[in-house]
Amino acid sequence: MAELNSKIPKGQLAEKWTHYKAHTNLVNPANKRRLEVIVVGTGLAGASAAASLAEMGFKVKNYCYQDSPRRAHSIAAQGGINAAKNYQNDGDSVYRLFYDTIKGGDYRAREANVYRLAEVSNSIIDQCVAQGVPFAREYGGLLDNRSFGGAQVSRTFYARGQTGQQLLLGAYSALSRQVKKGNVEMYARHEMLDVVLVEGRARGIIVRNLVTGAIERHAAHAVVLATGGYGNVFFLSTNAMGSNATAVWKAYKRGAFFGNPSFTQIHPTCIPVHGDFQSKLTLMSESLRNDGRIWVPKLKEDAEKIRHGKLKPTEIAEENRDYYLERRYPAFGNLVPRDVASRAAKERCDAGFGVGETGLAVYLDFSDAINRLGKSVIEARYGNLFQMYEKIVDEDPYKTPMMIYPAVHYTMGGLWVDYELMTSIPGLFAIGEANFSDHGANRLGASALMQGLADGYFVLPYTIQNYLSDQIRVPKFSPDLPEFKRTEAEATERLHKLMNVKGNQTVDSFHKRLGHIMWEYVGMARNEAGLKKAITDIQVLRAEFWKDVKITGELNEINPELEKAGRVADFLELGELMARDALDRNESCGGHFREEYQTPEGEALRDDQNLMYVSAWEFSGENQEPVLNKEPLNYEFVEVKQRNYK
Amino acid sequence: MNLTLKIWRQKNATSKGKFVTYKVNDISPNSSFLEMMDILNESLVTRGEDPVAFDHDCREGICGACSMYINGRPHGPDKAITTCQLHMRRFKDGDTIVIEPWRARPFPVLKDLIVDRTAFDKIIQAGGYISVNTGGIPDANAIPIPKVDADLSMDAAACIGCGACVAACKNASAMLFVSAKVSQFALLPQGRVEAAERVNNMVAEMDRLGFGNCTNTGACEAECPKEISISNIARMNREFLVAKLAAPKPRVDSGGGI
Repeated sequence: MAELNSKIPKGQLAEKWTHYKAHTNLVNPANKRRLEVIVVGTGLAGASAAASLAEMGFKVKNYCYQDSPRRAHSIAAQGGINAAKNYQNDGDSVYRLFYDTIKGGDYRAREANVYRLAEVSNSIIDQCVAQGVPFAREYGGLLDNRSFGGAQVSRTFYARGQTGQQLLLGAYSALSRQVKKGNVEMYARHEMLDVVLVEGRARGIIVRNLVTGAIERHAAHAVVLATGGYGNVFFLSTNAMGSNATAVWKAYKRGAFFGNPSFTQIHPTCIPVHGDFQSKLTLMSESLRNDGRIWVPKLKEDAEKIRHGKLKPTEIAEENRDYYLERRYPAFGNLVPRDVASRAAKERCDAGFGVGETGLAVYLDFSDAINRLGKSVIEARYGNLFQMYEKIVDEDPYKTPMMIYPAVHYTMGGLWVDYELMTSIPGLFAIGEANFSDHGANRLGASALMQGLADGYFVLPYTIQNYLSDQIRVPKFSPDLPEFKRTEAEATERLHKLMNVKGNQTVDSFHKRLGHIMWEYVGMARNEAGLKKAITDIQVLRAEFWKDVKITGELNEINPELEKAGRVADFLELGELMARDALDRNESCGGHFREEYQTPEGEALRDDQNLMYVSAWEFSGENQEPVLNKEPLNYEFVEVKQRNYK
Repeated sequence: MNLTLKIWRQKNATSKGKFVTYKVNDISPNSSFLEMMDILNESLVTRGEDPVAFDHDCREGICGACSMYINGRPHGPDKAITTCQLHMRRFKDGDTIVIEPWRARPFPVLKDLIVDRTAFDKIIQAGGYISVNTGGIPDANAIPIPKVDADLSMDAAACIGCGACVAACKNASAMLFVSAKVSQFALLPQGRVEAAERVNNMVAEMDRLGFGNCTNTGACEAECPKEISISNIARMNREFLVAKLAAPKPRVDSGGGI
C-alpha cells in the first residue's frame, strides 16, 4: 500500500489557506513565460484555470472534444452557485457554508478543502460580476438569492435557469481574451487518449484530432485534467452525450489513484424515463423545490388508477396526498439534500405509490405556489424550465403537477488529489468534477459550479506554482522523446484493436447493457450480492465487447462510432471499480446507500469507527484486482454527527 | 410512425455531397428528433454502413452544438427550441423529412451534417469580453445595476452560439450573434468601459470572416431557439455609430502574459 500525503497545512481551520498562500513557492514573471501547462477540458474548471494561468503569464494549451470551448457541459447547470456573502442578512457565513457542505457530504470530505472552498466562494461572485455575468437582481440594483437543498439560508446566486451557461460563458470570454493575446493555444475537437509520463512526472498528453483522425503528441511542464465526471457509465444520465471518463481513466492506469469511485449523485428531480430509445435524461433544477411540493397519492388504489390513466392528479383531494418529504423531514421539508430526496422517492415508488405509466415517478406540484404568488411570478422564476418540461412530456406544468424521478447526475468520486489538487502522479493535477475532493459522499445543490470555479480561478493557479517553481530549470519538452512515441504507439494500437474487432453488436448496445447493470446493482440502493453480481456481469460484458463490437468508418476521418467505442471501453472498466468500491464500503453514507446498513427509519447508517476514510484505488495491471489505499479523514474542528434533516 | 428521410451526405470538407433517402419505421412520437437519428444510425451501423454524422451534446437545448435544417428551417418547425428539443410528435406518420447542415460560407461542412463554426469563436476572441484578470475585484454589490438593464443584458446573453441566425439569413449575416454579445456588455456598467473598442473589433472580425450584412429581414430572430431580439442589432448599430464618432485609440496592452 502506498503512503497518501494529503499535504493539509497545519494550523487553525480558518488560517490554513491564508497561511498556505503566504508561504507557498511562486514563479517569477520571466520564468512563467518559459513554462507550459496543458489544461484538458474547457468547462467551468478548465476554462477558468486556462484563462487564469495565461493571465499570470504561463503558456497554456487547452483542449476540448466539442467544436467550441463554449459547449462544455457545465453550460447545462441550471439552478445556481453558492457563496457565503450573507447579502440576505439571514445568518450565513463562511463557516456555515463550510459546515453545511461537510454535513451534506455526510462527513466523508476533508475539512481543510471544504473550508477553503467556502472561503473563496465570495471571490467567485465578485469575479463573475466583473466579467459581465448578468446575475438576477432586485429592483434596488443588488444581487438576488434563492435557497437550495441542505441549507437554511438563501445563498444561491443565479441567472434565470441558465446559471451554468452564464458562468461558463464568463470563463469562456476570459479564455477567448487569452487566446487572442496568444497566451492560450486552443485545440477544439481534440480528445485526450493518454497521459505521458517522463521519469515519473506528467509531461504531456496524446490526443486525437477528431476531424482528421491524426494522433498528436503534446508536451508541457504540467498537465491539468478538468474533464468532468463519469455519470455516463450509467448510459442514461443528465450528462452530455460526449461526457466521458477516458482522461481520468487513462491517468488512473498510469498511476493516479482513483478516489471514492462509488460516490455517485442521483438527482431527485429529473424527467422520468419513457422508452428504450431514450438517449439521455433531463434534469429539472433543484431550485424548483423552493416552490414545488413533492407528493404521491396516499392510497395505493389512487396510484393504481393514475398509472392506468383512470384518474388525474388534480382530482385527488388534499387529504389523500402524501407530501412525504414534509411528513418525514419537517425541518427541511422539500429542501432536504439530494440523496435523501432521491431515496425517499424510490421508497414510495417501490412501495407501490408511484405514478406515471411506469409507476416510477412522483409529483412536483406548483399549485400552492401559483395560488399564493400568481402564475406570473412562477413564470418569471422558472419559465424556461416549465417550457423545457412541456416540450419533452407534452403536459402543461402550470395546470398539472410535474412528474419527476431520480437520475444519475454527478459523480463526487474522481481522481484522488492532495490539498494542492495534485494527483498521485507528480505534475498531474485534477480540478472540478474530475477530482474527488470537496463533496464527500453527497454534493449539495449549487456547489458544483462553486467548486469548478474555485479550483480554476482561485486554487489551482496558486498551488500549481508550488510544483512549477521547482521546474524553472527544466527546458521545454520535446514531444519526440521516446516516452511520447511509446505512449502514442500504445494509443494507436488500441484504436486499431477496436477497429479490428469487426463484430456484430453496436457500441450503443453495449453501453446500454452496462447502464442496466450499473443502475440495477450500483445505483440508488446497493447490496453485497448485487455488487458481486455486477462485478462478474461487467467482466463478462467487457470480454464480449472486445470480441463482438462493431465500428464502422475509418481511423483517419470524423468517426463518432470510434469515439464512442473508446469511451465505452473505459466505462466498462470504471464500472467494475465503482462496484468494487461500493462493495468495500460496508456502510451507507450520502449517495452511497447499502441496504444492509440503515436505521430502523430507513436513513443512511455510517460506520465512522471503521470507514471514515477516502478510498484511493491503485491500478495494478490489466484484469488484476486493484489495491485499496486509505486516507483517514480526521475531523479536528467539526463534531461528527448523524445527519438530521428532521 | 414510419418516415422517409432525405439526408445530406458528404464524406468530408473537400468531397461533393448529395441527398440520400432512408426509411425509418416504428418511431415513437415521444422520441426526440435526435433519438430518431440515433435509431437510424443504429440500423446503418448494423448493416455496416457509415452512420450520419451530426453535432450534438447536451441534448437539452443549451450547449448549442446541434445544427441542422429540418425541412428547410434551422432547428425545425417549432419556435424557440433547438433540434435536440424537437419531438417526433410534431410530425405525421408517412412524412418525408429533409435534413441538411447549416448552409453558410463561413460555416464549411466538415462531414454530413457537421459544420465548422470556429468563426464564432474568432469573433468572441476579437472583443467579446471585459478585460479583467482573475482576482482583485471589488465586492459584487459595489455597483448597483438597474434590474431592467440586468434583465435585458440576460436576454441577450442567453445566446447559445448555435449559428441558426446565420443559417436562416439569406445574407449569412452574423449580426444577431454579434449584437447579442455587444448588447450584453453594453447594458452593464462593467461592460461600458470598453464598449466602443469592443463593437469596432467584433464587427471588423465579423466582416473579415465573410459574414454578410443585415437587411432587416428578421429571419434570424424568427428562427433563434433562444428568441434573441433583433432590437439587439439596432443597439449594436447605435453602439457602432457612437464608436466611430469616438474613434478610440488603438490599444497597447500590457496586462497578462507580461
